Amino acid sequence: MSFLRNKTGMLINEDVLGRLFSGWTSMLRKCMFRVLRAGPIPRHVAIIMDGNRRYAKRKRLQEGTGHDAGAMALLYLLVYCYELGIKYVTAYAFSIDNFKRNPEEVQKIMDLMMESVFLLARLSKIYSLRVHFAGNLQLLSADLRKAAKKLMENTADNSNLVLTICVSYTCSDEILHAIEESCKEKTKIAGRDDRGQGTDRVIKLVDIEKHMYMAVVPDPDIIIRTGGEWRLSNFLLWQSCCCHLSSIFTVWPEFGVLHLVWVVLDFQHKYTYFARKKNAIVDLGNG
Amino acid sequence: MKSLTPPLLRCLCLNRSMDFIRPKRMLYFWIDKIRNVLLRLSWHLVHSIINLCYFTTGMVHALESHLISRGLLRKYKSLHISKIRYLAIVIESEDACRTSNVIELLQWLAALGIKHVSLYDNEGLLKKSKDIILEKFDGAVLFQDTHENNVLLDQPRMTLEFVSFYDGKEAVARAANVLLMKYIKSGGIGSNQGEQIFTESQMSEALKTVGSGGPEPDLLLIYGPARCHLGFPAWRMRYTEIQHMGPLTCMTYGSLIKAIYRFTTVRQNYGK
Repeated sequence: MSFLRNKTGMLINEDVLGRLFSGWTSMLRKCMFRVLRAGPIPRHVAIIMDGNRRYAKRKRLQEGTGHDAGAMALLYLLVYCYELGIKYVTAYAFSIDNFKRNPEEVQKIMDLMMESVFLLARLSKIYSLRVHFAGNLQLLSADLRKAAKKLMENTADNSNLVLTICVSYTCSDEILHAIEESCKEKTKIAGRDDRGQGTDRVIKLVDIEKHMYMAVVPDPDIIIRTGGEWRLSNFLLWQSCCCHLSSIFTVWPEFGVLHLVWVVLDFQHKYTYFARKKNAIVDLGNG
Repeated sequence: MKSLTPPLLRCLCLNRSMDFIRPKRMLYFWIDKIRNVLLRLSWHLVHSIINLCYFTTGMVHALESHLISRGLLRKYKSLHISKIRYLAIVIESEDACRTSNVIELLQWLAALGIKHVSLYDNEGLLKKSKDIILEKFDGAVLFQDTHENNVLLDQPRMTLEFVSFYDGKEAVARAANVLLMKYIKSGGIGSNQGEQIFTESQMSEALKTVGSGGPEPDLLLIYGPARCHLGFPAWRMRYTEIQHMGPLTCMTYGSLIKAIYRFTTVRQNYGK
């Protein structure tokens, strides 16, 4: 059994949560966040959680325990973002390309995802957390898909913090899916009314964007990749036009509050530039 | 003495409590103000330290870049340039009019042996200046979509491609309409069975049809104040290494060598 799990095998329980919100480290963290909030805070932070396997290898842990540590790190990040006032968090949990991995590792990750769904269901009641799953959910097992959909429905009205978990996701699949949905929509319009306006049968950019998996949340302000790599690996390529791309050398399970503080400070340092770029790109899009 | 009626008594008590509340409110108001000022000052202090850190790392990078340019650092002397089949450069639009800097950068790349370069700026200023760039930099030909990848690699001269925001999301919308025509002609097969209707290769073909096809770069260099790809076509950036080089006005040969060297040491798993 991994050292990250308690005696009953649970990843986390109320004691761990209680420790997060109390004690002098919590007070220090809140003071740091008060100072940070004097400047602009990103609305949406996205994370590529890279380095779980390297972490497990370095610590000589059982195979798969790196992913447990990664799940814990994501939970801590949610708490930090909630305290800092970041409204949207998106995590790249599992790519379509990851299905090529060892079947045992894939199964371990799917089991962890199922456990995370139940954990998030409990957390959403306490912190008014909305959970959204973005990706081709048809590639997941029926049980996991059903649990994910139920969690999305149950948390649809929550609004304190929105967590989007990208599972079975790649941006190229997202674009293809959006185009397929747009084609079906336009074909229905054409079928309903043959005398319809010609432009109704033309797919516009707004049609594609409304069918994106990530259409429920705004574009990210920051994409953080841990593990020292400098590529997006097919994650949010469409949504990251005016996004600060941050690469952190630390592996994901070791990502902590100070790394988040550094990333937010970096974002604040360049905020004026990004605000100007967003306006410029909106103007380009309009005309 | 007139006895105090309840309303009058209530009024007197209210006045007394208001006399007590008003200074209390003023006190809280001023405490809040002072706290906000102190927080703001702390924020500015932290950012001053950040600026100092950036300045120091900038100096270190400038020194390293100078040493690399002089050939004094051994590890950068041999580069496996063949790993870069296709290089993309994103330039901040405010710097895109600096054609002399762009040409100098292209000359460095040509000297290193890079055969295919894509130049991107989101407003399309480089596209508008392409004739000037091609005229002044006579070591290149314009990339045409009809080139196959293997023909591209055999070109003796550098092929240059000019890309803008128009080749990104707008091109995907135009390609979507090409796919829509195919979908309508096929009678909407697969729509009700939940199957995937289009494949990635069909999408790539559709993008070529609308004039925005092109290979996926191995390495993307961003010349601008921040690490941001500014809308480079999403379809072509899936596994591309992205490196931030700083503003175009501060470009150095040494930093270019360092970026290429770093790329050649990277190992990708592609999800495995």
